[in-house]
Amino acid sequence: MSNVPVNNGRRRFLTAATAVVGGAGVVGVAVPFIGSWNPSARAKAAGAPVEVNVGKIEPGQLIRAEWRGKPVYVVRRTEQTVTDLAKLDDQLRDPNSEKAQQPSYATNAYRSIKPEFLVALGVCTHLGCAPTHHADDFDQFVEGTPNGFFCPCHGSKFDMAGRVFQGVPAPLNLMVPEHSFISDDTILIGVGSDASKGEA
Amino acid sequence: MLTNFMAWIDERLPVTEAWNKHVAQYPAPKNFNFWYLFGSLAMLVLVNQIITGIWLTMSYEPSGDGAFASIEYIMRDVDYGWLLRYMHSTGASAFFVVVYLHMVRGLMYGSYQKPRELLWIFGMLIFLVLMAEAFMGYLLPWGNMSYWGAQVIISLFGTIPIIGDDLTLWIRGDYVISGATLNRFFALHVIALPLVLVILVFLHILALHEVGSNNPEGTEIKKKKGTVPVEEQSKFTFHKQYTEKYDIVDAIPFHPYYSVKDILGVAGFLIIFCWVMFFAPDGGGYFIEAPNFEPANSLKTPEHIVPVWYFGPFFTFVRIVPDPLFGTMAMFGAIIVLFLLPWFDRGVVKSVRYRSKWHLINLIQFSICFIVLGVLGTMPATPLANNIGTIAAFGYFGFFVALWVYSKNEKCKPVPERISN
Amino acid sequence: MKNLIKVLTFGIMAFLSTLALAAGPSISLDKANNDLTDKESLKNGFKTYINYCLGCHQLQYQRYNRTFTDLGIEEADGIENYMYTGEKPGDHITNTMPEKQAAAWFGTAPPDLTLEARLRSPDWIYTYMRSFYMDSKRPFGVNNTVFKDVGMPHVLQDLQGVSSIDEHGNVTPAMGGSLTTEEYDILIRDLTNFLEYVGEPSKLERESMGVKVLIFLFVFFILAYFLKREYWKDIH
Repeated sequence: MSNVPVNNGRRRFLTAATAVVGGAGVVGVAVPFIGSWNPSARAKAAGAPVEVNVGKIEPGQLIRAEWRGKPVYVVRRTEQTVTDLAKLDDQLRDPNSEKAQQPSYATNAYRSIKPEFLVALGVCTHLGCAPTHHADDFDQFVEGTPNGFFCPCHGSKFDMAGRVFQGVPAPLNLMVPEHSFISDDTILIGVGSDASKGEA
Repeated sequence: MLTNFMAWIDERLPVTEAWNKHVAQYPAPKNFNFWYLFGSLAMLVLVNQIITGIWLTMSYEPSGDGAFASIEYIMRDVDYGWLLRYMHSTGASAFFVVVYLHMVRGLMYGSYQKPRELLWIFGMLIFLVLMAEAFMGYLLPWGNMSYWGAQVIISLFGTIPIIGDDLTLWIRGDYVISGATLNRFFALHVIALPLVLVILVFLHILALHEVGSNNPEGTEIKKKKGTVPVEEQSKFTFHKQYTEKYDIVDAIPFHPYYSVKDILGVAGFLIIFCWVMFFAPDGGGYFIEAPNFEPANSLKTPEHIVPVWYFGPFFTFVRIVPDPLFGTMAMFGAIIVLFLLPWFDRGVVKSVRYRSKWHLINLIQFSICFIVLGVLGTMPATPLANNIGTIAAFGYFGFFVALWVYSKNEKCKPVPERISN
Repeated sequence: MKNLIKVLTFGIMAFLSTLALAAGPSISLDKANNDLTDKESLKNGFKTYINYCLGCHQLQYQRYNRTFTDLGIEEADGIENYMYTGEKPGDHITNTMPEKQAAAWFGTAPPDLTLEARLRSPDWIYTYMRSFYMDSKRPFGVNNTVFKDVGMPHVLQDLQGVSSIDEHGNVTPAMGGSLTTEEYDILIRDLTNFLEYVGEPSKLERESMGVKVLIFLFVFFILAYFLKREYWKDIH
């Protein structure tokens, strides 16, 4: 390498300085190449928040919405269902929603902003299948519990707050996405609202 | 630590050996001037084209329905997409700028002469593949100029007797240029031709390092072994592959001397390149042409169909000859004579510095004719333009004929044995 | 040798000047003198576009929310004042005009205008929009000195008024519009400004990045120059 007769300090300094500045330039050039892998405006537009009209859901009924390519379950729970949630606590893995599977404003007994409406991703936390909603025949899976979610892939079970039962493969409660009420009848999925904390 | 690691590698792969042979102990003439920067710059642009090209394919959609919109998707929706696209489109023109200047250097200093004929042939093959690469890439934005430019150039193949019509149909894969044509051009542009290009560049450099670089004086830095006293030989250490066979004079190791010079060249080039790319990416309508902001339309021809500027010189040959077949032949002939340049030149003196006045005049007239042909190629065809073009075309071919004639018994100045400071 | 370089330089200069001549437009166009940094002008242009142009001409590659961000419009304000057809902010600026019928109505389908400023130049748009004149032979009663026999009606006639042309091709200024000539010119300048923006939304970002990159390269060039000179002391 040292095929050079002189190697003074000035030369070493200039070499180092050029290398550092040149290196900074290479890093700068890398920015657009790395940045271009971020979700594009098209992807962001496709993943934009979704409005769901909940005004016409019957008590006990579930409707599906799609947000960022995933199914979102919106259930209007009956008052009975909401009061029954507490009875299941000792059969559940994480009854108090201590794991971060929901935004802070949904970290409560019924895992939602308003007790009436459950909003959860229909994606099993085991391997990503879509659990089925059993509105009145869930007691075949859990005795004495009329309704809940059952995942057909590996038999994971969730209650009507999306909380996972003990003894099933799924490790976590169903994910509650960021959402907020933009009116009494309309939920916006994808945008959380701090203001809605108070209502809960 | 590092020494051990390199020793481990070198036992298995001759990395240090190759580095010394081709870089750190590679003898290069000490008198390279400005014109010798364009080889490394062409390499830089090639790398730029390959990397930005790979990134563009990540968002580009090669289909008749989606191509045009996907370019606008890249320009608007993809983060920094506009920058990647401009790097690629400006790079295409920059590629031809540096390659043309690189070729001018070869012409001026006789770098194509014995023993560098094969080096020149590889270079010409690179140029040919580059033109094919650029032509196919130009169709991909699927703008109206892309479309009609491709239409015209594909039609050139239709002038071939008997098989012409079938040949154009086969090239297009359809009765008009369509998504089928776009897809095959895309495949060739992003996979096949770059691969060929990289292989040819590798061979070009391999051939260069076998014979060694020419220089502005046109002298030889490798003298017969034992003919030069030690004190007159170059004071630097060169790889034994060179010193075993030759006495090396007037040479310096490529690294660090030419690596720092090339870095300076790169910095200067990038200033011009970035200035164009950031402040005039459409190159005044010559790098990205205005009609290309309209999607391809098989029913609507742009007012003036002109090729991109770098095809201009060759396109003019087609225009000035009334018969399309002969026009196409003239165009290909203009490229073929370049391939044969080492044999048109029967002289032994390489550099224009020591050749006759006639050679200098011939080179100047050739350069002017080439530029004139280029300008005419980008302008609408008029009778006057065609007349000027005809004169320039004669000048172009005349260069080779005249060179063949006068180079046999050319009166040259004596070429010095050594390169003076 | 020196001569060769001189001649080549001269040749290249001649080449460039010929190019400049060749690129010149055939119709003399008025300078738009629009300013992409003028957000108010862009907003006015956007508004004019939405109100008068979008009915026929889409901006199918441009999104509402991108436009809001670049023009400094709050999203809520944008949805309220610039979006009338119930799209989402992430949607492209499109209309619902059926292309085939449109072609029947106007002779040719109204083109998308996202790239119009790059296809024709801002000056062209600025001049074109101010060059309608009465011509009873045309289906909509107007013709245009920049775009002969254009299929488009003069949508802004109520604002500009009507100009006429005599047999020598002299145009009398427009009369009877609700805007004065100056006001109308400003309206069109703003519209042109907006269309230039839409043609290349990243233009300002490109230029500001370019300045930084060039400053960086200049520093690098100087360092490289001294580095080269330092090493080449060995040779000379």
